[in-house]
Amino acid sequence: MPKESLNRLTAHELLQRLDNKQVTSDEILSALKQRIKEVEPDVRAYVRLDKSFELKNSRTQELKCLFQGLPVSIKDNICTDGLNTECCSKILGGFKPPYDATVIKKLKEAGAVIADLKTNMDEFAFGSSTENSFFGPTHNPWDLERVPGGSSGGSAAAVAADEAILALGSDTGGSIRQPASFCGVVGLKPTYGRVSRFGLIAFASSLDQIGPITKDVKDSALLLGAIAGYDPNDSTSVDTPVPDYTRSLINDVKGIKIGLPKEYFVEGIDPQVKAIVEEAVEKLKKLGAFVEPVSLRHTQYAAPVYYIVATAEASSNLARFDGVQYGHRSATPGQGMLQMYQNTREEGFGEEAKRRILLGTFVLSHGYYEAYYLRALKVRTLIKQDFDAVFEGFDCILTPTAPTPAFKIGEKTDNPLKMYLSDIYTICANLAGLPAISLPCGFTKEGLPVGLQILAKPFAEEMLFRVAYTYEQNTQWHKMKPKL
Amino acid sequence: MLYEPVIGLEVHVHLKTKSKAFCGCSTEFGAQPNTQTCPVCLGFPGSLPVLNKTALDYAIKVALALGCRVQEYTKFDRKNYFYPDLPKNYQISQYDLPLSCDGFLDIHLQGAASKRIRIRRVHLEEDAGKLIHRQDTSLADFNRSGIPLLEIVSEPDINSAGQAHEYLAELKSILEYLDVSDCDMEKGSLRCDANISLRKQGSLELGVKSELKNMNSFKAVRDALNFEIERQKELLDSGQAVIQETRLWDAKQLKTLSMRSKEEAKDYRYFPEPDLSTFSISADKIAGIRKGIPELPREKLLRFIKEYGLSEYDASVLVISRRDAIFSEQCFKAYAPKEKKAVVNWLIGPLLSEANNRGIGLSDLKIEPAALIELVNFVERQEISLLSAKTVLTQMLDSVKSASEVIKEKNLLQISDTRALEDMAEQVIKENPAVAGDYKSGKESALMFLVGEAMKKSQGRANPKALKEILEKNLKK
Repeated sequence: MPKESLNRLTAHELLQRLDNKQVTSDEILSALKQRIKEVEPDVRAYVRLDKSFELKNSRTQELKCLFQGLPVSIKDNICTDGLNTECCSKILGGFKPPYDATVIKKLKEAGAVIADLKTNMDEFAFGSSTENSFFGPTHNPWDLERVPGGSSGGSAAAVAADEAILALGSDTGGSIRQPASFCGVVGLKPTYGRVSRFGLIAFASSLDQIGPITKDVKDSALLLGAIAGYDPNDSTSVDTPVPDYTRSLINDVKGIKIGLPKEYFVEGIDPQVKAIVEEAVEKLKKLGAFVEPVSLRHTQYAAPVYYIVATAEASSNLARFDGVQYGHRSATPGQGMLQMYQNTREEGFGEEAKRRILLGTFVLSHGYYEAYYLRALKVRTLIKQDFDAVFEGFDCILTPTAPTPAFKIGEKTDNPLKMYLSDIYTICANLAGLPAISLPCGFTKEGLPVGLQILAKPFAEEMLFRVAYTYEQNTQWHKMKPKL
Repeated sequence: MLYEPVIGLEVHVHLKTKSKAFCGCSTEFGAQPNTQTCPVCLGFPGSLPVLNKTALDYAIKVALALGCRVQEYTKFDRKNYFYPDLPKNYQISQYDLPLSCDGFLDIHLQGAASKRIRIRRVHLEEDAGKLIHRQDTSLADFNRSGIPLLEIVSEPDINSAGQAHEYLAELKSILEYLDVSDCDMEKGSLRCDANISLRKQGSLELGVKSELKNMNSFKAVRDALNFEIERQKELLDSGQAVIQETRLWDAKQLKTLSMRSKEEAKDYRYFPEPDLSTFSISADKIAGIRKGIPELPREKLLRFIKEYGLSEYDASVLVISRRDAIFSEQCFKAYAPKEKKAVVNWLIGPLLSEANNRGIGLSDLKIEPAALIELVNFVERQEISLLSAKTVLTQMLDSVKSASEVIKEKNLLQISDTRALEDMAEQVIKENPAVAGDYKSGKESALMFLVGEAMKKSQGRANPKALKEILEKNLKK
């Protein structure tokens, strides 16, 4: 393979070549830099990246550790010491965190290069299309007129367009999996508590998880292994050992029990998506899996519960952006402190951020708390119990990742409710704290990728990797590349 | 009309942990502004709180000492409001599942039966930063941001400013015994807000209350409450209504001023803090902390009365501070006689006044219990006069010399030698024949004049009792 195409390889392929001294980290970085220069004007996966950007391995010593100088692209809501981290919001304009998120610290220790490769996202992760970014939308590499999904659309598009080897996203209601599905790559939301949230700028603290977006399942296992683990700085991270996930990459699903929730294949689903996912199910059956329909009765309440819990937490998490200590502060002369807060937040937040802050403030208000927030918490428990019951008899659950393939830029921006329904199949994993992976399982007639979602019980990421790896080994979808 | 004040107090105390409630920053008082901060207590994006276990232990200790029920399950909540001293614009506090509730504190006013003040709840939260207002700017110091704060809320069982004062004094004493807080109102490590309303004497219906803030000493609490009682009384007597509002105590004008009325009252939108999960406190942990609670002031007072025969008043003075009480008890033990009154008088009298003069506590005085008792014994054996003994004490405190060294140096031993006293008496009678004559003709008070004259001659060293006896005897000759 010519050196200029190194960016097309997966991380594990590159690591093997690095091990065999066939390539150097600098050659990989150089190929990647070239690719970014070529396609970035069309894709716009990265933010604040000018033409003269640097991409260097600043380490002088040869690395023997896991990533040996491979670059990892980082979503703009994960804190990187000294590098702008703005959540693609005007209100965090110029914010350079004085510390690394725990996942960044771990990646650096594992030899990864963390450069200025911060990826585009919906402002504060509020959205499903990356159109709510202060920096403008990212374009889907498979069809530049379409959205890459969101909110981690920049990370997914960068990986799909080979402008990234590996990327990190964050997932609050599907923000890793839905863009992975739209862009034909692999996206994993780990179990809540598996990966430290320290340094992830919070959207909804009880739902957020950081996870890998990669070209294949093996890379996903490698990257999760590097970032997972208990963190004393995150009280919600869980102190349970991190297995070697690459050992769960077994090409065998014989006897694995898979549940197909009937509530996920009813109205609202695109017929092509339905057919493609059903075909994937058939494939797994042929490979020896035992598949049976199951029911998750409270699925219909997932979206309302999610939009109450997530916006409530967001309204409080975003209160700190007030112009006092960092980020944007309104230059409009105002009378007093309250006016300063108002002007700053009026100017600094985009429309969707304001909408969610208002929703969240409303559901927590005196007199409404019991009817909305408290009730939502109770239904959240019921949703979790649905899954607990299914997992008593099944190893995993299969669903489509999203009801449709990537939609057109601007198609849903006028209708927030329609946009919210884009997450309908992914939000349950967040509400129940479960791990879930999305991997490519086919293409529509229009050539748009479709994702298959697999869910498992808490801390059963190994089951996800095994089923996903088996499917991947027996299909070619992950090898397809967009024409750019 | 006769009214009964109904008062509830909300006390906030800093816990003296080494680090803050949810991060590792130091809690040391008086550092340069913003030098004891980190991304967590500055509320930087992406930072997360981690509970300081010692702060929780301290909080449980206080709850137990106040007879509260410590909840099996507890959690933290976010209290949302915008203010520049609150970096996250929410405070991590506790709302519907506080650490503990349903306790009590018995207060003891002089000459009255003890009164039980119920305690509604004791919970843990974080303090905000401090704003410093200049002419045209305001500066924020976040050193205080995140310091663990204990909120102790009483039921409205307090009926006078005096009771409120006593409640605070006894609460402070308990907190000091538990060694969990400095309780220094000047440094802001103990703060008190009060709710007060009046109701017709004998009525059970509560009146409209006002909330008093900005009281920076126990005296200010008492003064503010007394002012507010009068203010509300005047309103009610003249047929006007009391408005539910927050009022600030102005220590210069000695009155309360309206700050905001209920209409502007805030909706704090409490909800469970998702960054800290609900946690349980095991019975073992509670039992362990309970074991570590020392004898509390009231128990100590009762024991001092029982074991050492102290009066209630004397005991109450000596037990206010735990260290002083321990010092006092060491003194009692070093003093052989069963009757301890002599020692108590020394402690409450000369020693306490020496301590007050030096602005320190009894136990901070540079004197060992054994050294004090040596001095007391000199007096008890009538080897030195009480007057000289006080001078000796001052010398001892300044020089760390023993009583006998000072007495020897200053030649202060009392003259009890009958020969010497006989000579003195003879001389005084000779020099004051008229006074002696007065006594002989029945004027009893003349005797004391002669004793005084003789004492002067001895430079205060004569044993006054023996001297008086000898004079009396000689005059009757």
